[in-house]
Amino acid sequence: MTELATDTTTEPQIRIRGLYKIFGSTPQKVLPEVEKGMSKPDVLAEYQHVVGLREIDIDIHAGKTTVIMGLSGSGKSTLIRHLNRLIEPTTGEILVDGQDVMKMNAAELRELRQTRMSMVFQKFALLPHRTVLDNAAMPLEVRAVAEDKRHAEAQKWLARVGLDGYGPSYPHQLSGGMQQRVGIARALTSNSDIMLMDEAFSALDPLIRTDMQNLLLELQGELHKTIVFITHDLDEALKLADHLVILKDGEIVQQGEPQRILMHPEDPYIVDFIADINRARVLRARTVMQEGIAPDEHTDGEVDAEDTLESVIARAEGRTDLTFKVMRKGMAVGKLTMKEVVLALVPTVSSHERMTGTD
Amino acid sequence: MAHYDGVFNALGLREWCDAGKEDGPMTMAQLLAQAQGADANETTGPLPFPSLDSLHEACGKIPQTREMTAGLERFFLDAKDSLKVVLDPLTQPLSWMLDGALWLFTSTPWWILIPLLIALTWWVSRSKPVTIFVALSFAFLGAIDHLEVAVATLSIIFVCTGLCVLIGVPIGIAMSKYDGLQKTGIPVLDLLQTLPTFVYLIPLIFLFSVTESKLYGIAIILYAVVPVIRLTDLGIRLVDKDVIEAADAFGMTSKQKLFKVEIPLALPNIMAGVNQTIMMSLAMVVIASLVSAPGLGVLVLRGIRNLEIGVGLIAGLGIVLLAVMLDRTSKAALARVDVSRSTR
Ligand SMILES: Nc1ncnc2c1ncn2[C@@H]1O[C@H](COP(=O)(O)OP(=O)(O)OP(=O)(O)O)[C@@H](O)[C@H]1O
Ligand SMILES: [Mg+2]
Repeated sequence: MTELATDTTTEPQIRIRGLYKIFGSTPQKVLPEVEKGMSKPDVLAEYQHVVGLREIDIDIHAGKTTVIMGLSGSGKSTLIRHLNRLIEPTTGEILVDGQDVMKMNAAELRELRQTRMSMVFQKFALLPHRTVLDNAAMPLEVRAVAEDKRHAEAQKWLARVGLDGYGPSYPHQLSGGMQQRVGIARALTSNSDIMLMDEAFSALDPLIRTDMQNLLLELQGELHKTIVFITHDLDEALKLADHLVILKDGEIVQQGEPQRILMHPEDPYIVDFIADINRARVLRARTVMQEGIAPDEHTDGEVDAEDTLESVIARAEGRTDLTFKVMRKGMAVGKLTMKEVVLALVPTVSSHERMTGTD
Repeated sequence: MAHYDGVFNALGLREWCDAGKEDGPMTMAQLLAQAQGADANETTGPLPFPSLDSLHEACGKIPQTREMTAGLERFFLDAKDSLKVVLDPLTQPLSWMLDGALWLFTSTPWWILIPLLIALTWWVSRSKPVTIFVALSFAFLGAIDHLEVAVATLSIIFVCTGLCVLIGVPIGIAMSKYDGLQKTGIPVLDLLQTLPTFVYLIPLIFLFSVTESKLYGIAIILYAVVPVIRLTDLGIRLVDKDVIEAADAFGMTSKQKLFKVEIPLALPNIMAGVNQTIMMSLAMVVIASLVSAPGLGVLVLRGIRNLEIGVGLIAGLGIVLLAVMLDRTSKAALARVDVSRSTR
């Protein structure tokens, strides 16, 4: 099996190490207990403190989309707000391009927020008294860029997200989906490498949501931003993620390449989580194939490494005795038998269940 | 014989009490009785509450209530000179502003002033009905020869409201930023708002001469500034937290945040405060004319004093008309701000 996992050879752009966040009046006093492993309910019962995040280590690579997924209350928003220090950690370090965000003074932090990180919000958070154009130009206005220059830049990105001509409107005159496009244009206008997106599409209805996901994929194909995307929706996570981090009660349960997490869930929690998804639609040929193929080996056709199993099944017209050659960029990289395809569609039992099952 | 003699005798304090006995000031009862033309030097009758006055009757060493009020009086008299040194120059510009505005409003010919005021109404309200109403009201006031007094009242309102905004908005902003300030500020605002309006005048009359216009200026401002402060504080605290977070996330400084986000978003609330402030300063105008404020209030006062019912009623009607004009105009302005800023 291939691992097209995040490229670990380059330095990560953002590196989070040993991050803890405890909410309450005296978090430092409670921290030793939490580090020793006291559970979230116990901490709440005994010290009236809420464990927001516990022992978070994540490497976020440049040009990739890192998705942080978890249910409501799992600490996703808390985590993403640490990256630009809208929330102060209890302990831990966050390095952005090698620079510790926690050691920045007010001016350095402003510089980081103005030029290196932008953010898209679940509830759009546009300025209601400003026009769409002014809203999109806001990051440059903060940096005191001249009006005609910032308007030109904002106009460009508004057009790019499909809002040409809406510049003079006010946000409340736009639908939710359009407002979030303004939110994205605003983040793009800031021209920062890193984009933080906190449940950016959660407030939109499913069709608009799919549109927006496609827009993001399209933009990402062009711009290669470092995106940190938060969602509680697995389908969305699988669609967008290069690297997937699954949070539960403030802890990381598993992180890695999404296809790998689907095939090898390490926790019953994740098994439950992925139980209902349409595996044929998200698993890809490269995940299931056997690597390597002899040049003269007989196959019944070619499929692309990035094809979903659904499309492979359609190619095979339902027959299960076929074998395909898996191609990536014109090169044969492996072979895929339909038997393996069908087997991969059976949800994996968790390692935990497997153990108790064989005992 | 006083009612509580026995108590002091029993406690063995008689000697202490009687030492150095002298005539104190009147008791409260005597004061009230004097005002009603009756004699209160009776010690018979039912047992009185053991108040300072009734205890004093039995024991000369116990101070009387009147001594307390006299003490306050003395305090003000003593403090007067030093307070005046500080307050007089500080508040002098207020007199100049009030007199200047009054002069400007009353000496400008009506055929310039009234069109200007109507244009101002149009400019802030952008509402045809409101502007027409204001024009008709001015015509009516002019027709019944009340234009000059109405305009004098208006000049006071303009100056006082303007100053209330200048003073109130920064205080409101400070209160919204510092919880401690809000905690201490709110009781003071409550006090200012519930204090009977006449009571304001008492310390002011002590400090300034009744003929100075700043006297009523201060009284009006103290009374009318409250809603601007309150609603600025509230408005800024109610600004959508998500929008504030976005401002932070894009690296706004606190100054940028205040002027580009918080004040604009709090504006509908601030304007509602200004509207209330206008109404409250108008309510003070009659009371202010007790201390030489010119305008419609003087006529109302004359109506009361000389029982000239017609004069009083017509002047009262003029005040109501002014109130409605100001209210409609400021409400229209508020609605205009609200529409272009509607979030939810
Ligand atoms: N300011 C705070 N004070 C106390 N507890 C907090 C605070 N902010 C968050 N928490 C707690 O931290 C935990 C994580 O909250 P967070 O908002 O990060 O969750 P989330 O994963 O973003 O959830 P959602 O999907 O609902 O947005 C929750 O248990 C929450 O109660
Ligand atoms: Mg959240």
